Amino acid sequence: MAQQTPLYATHVAAGARMVDFAGWDMPVNYGSQIEEHHAVRRDAGMFDVSHMLALDLEGAGAKAFLRGLVANDVAKLGEPGKALYSCMLNEQGGVIDDLIIYYLSDTSYRIVVNAGTADKDVAWMQARLTASGLVATLAVRRDLAMIAVQGPNARSKTWAALPGSEAASAGLKVFQAAAWGDFFIARTGYTGEDGFELTLPVGQAASTWAALAAAGVKPCGLGARDTLRLEAGMALYGNDMDDGVSPLDAGLAWTVDFKDESRDFVGKAALVANGASKQVLGLVLEDKGILRSHQQVFTATGEGETTSGSFSPTLEKSIALARLPLGVAVGDAVEVDIRGRRLKARVVKPPFARNGKAMI
Amino acid sequence: MSNPTDLRYTASHEWIRVEADGTLTIGITDHAQEALGDVVFLELPEAGRVVAKEEAIAVIESVKAASDIYAPVAGEILAANDAAVDAPESVNADAYAAWLFKIKPANAADVDTLLDAAGYEATLG
Repeated sequence: MAQQTPLYATHVAAGARMVDFAGWDMPVNYGSQIEEHHAVRRDAGMFDVSHMLALDLEGAGAKAFLRGLVANDVAKLGEPGKALYSCMLNEQGGVIDDLIIYYLSDTSYRIVVNAGTADKDVAWMQARLTASGLVATLAVRRDLAMIAVQGPNARSKTWAALPGSEAASAGLKVFQAAAWGDFFIARTGYTGEDGFELTLPVGQAASTWAALAAAGVKPCGLGARDTLRLEAGMALYGNDMDDGVSPLDAGLAWTVDFKDESRDFVGKAALVANGASKQVLGLVLEDKGILRSHQQVFTATGEGETTSGSFSPTLEKSIALARLPLGVAVGDAVEVDIRGRRLKARVVKPPFARNGKAMI
Repeated sequence: MSNPTDLRYTASHEWIRVEADGTLTIGITDHAQEALGDVVFLELPEAGRVVAKEEAIAVIESVKAASDIYAPVAGEILAANDAAVDAPESVNADAYAAWLFKIKPANAADVDTLLDAAGYEATLG
């Protein structure tokens, strides 16, 4: 039996097409997925992301614990509400999950993890915490819903929908959050557009969604969320990386912080020993067809694999993220095996589109 | 949208119109386009190709996924709809107007094995 978010009835009443996603019954689209995609690039759209899990880590040992838990370094966070994107690795250097950590103070952090990995994440964190002997408690916040409001007009429409929220959130920089009453407003997202991710009490989810809709924010499904994040060149856990892939091979080296040589973190030894053996670049299909995940890529310096692929509504072409040999360069011509035929593609540097505009 | 009663259907969501000359015109059902979402690519069989019943002979890709389209009966491909290839979204706009290919059946009686509208709707549960 799939789990339901607090907005399940709202989606069904709106005629959404519901699908199973990571054990959750989620809207994949309400009508045209392409129109939902364009609404976010051009105006404002919203996504129910309540299937993702918020965790609160609190205690004197919280900072030291996170410095050892994840590959990015929370020590660089000093401004209240500042967010950090990081991978949490296993001892082999594989990615257990990618997550966002919000700094509230040296003894208080909010962590948001993926839905499909939430149970294993919590078990892993709790076991590491117990083993560390550090003083901190990890609280699971299933009492909170999450709504992502994204697009060039997302912030102004949020302020119109939620009177009083502007004072609390107008000064936020990108990747920064602030509390507003029971709400937590973060200027973050997964679309390549400006906007907010709102974390709020479950009981206020439906009324908040309705207020945003009344302010002209278009309900969007996970289908559009996927094409938006792909155009923005953002990795999706389970497609672009997983337990068996190092962040150095997944295009996520920028999230691994080796600067403080005295800091050890889970997976560090494996990353140092193995280094990078692949790189992630973008592909644009030049022949007719649609790139999908896990198609074989043939290059002059060896074979690679697409990790995410789809149709790009902004470019009106098919695009993919691909894990390729280190010798491949932007501009190279490659071939992709699509149902037994080798089709031509060009190597590009992601992102494909951001802030309403094509980038390639 | 209800499924036209003058068409025949398959459980794999193709519709079939039997023309006056006994040839068949084939597309996908409204239920199928709804499930696929925005259609962005079609790969259709070439005229002259001889196909077997239930052979995967065309591919329809939406933003979300790729799906095969099957030959409802054995026969020979007479034509493919290039206009649909050039405007894949026409399948979403009207699945019963956007035909995909035409088949000359090897055996005219095979058409009798296809579902009628009520039979197709029963397969949708």
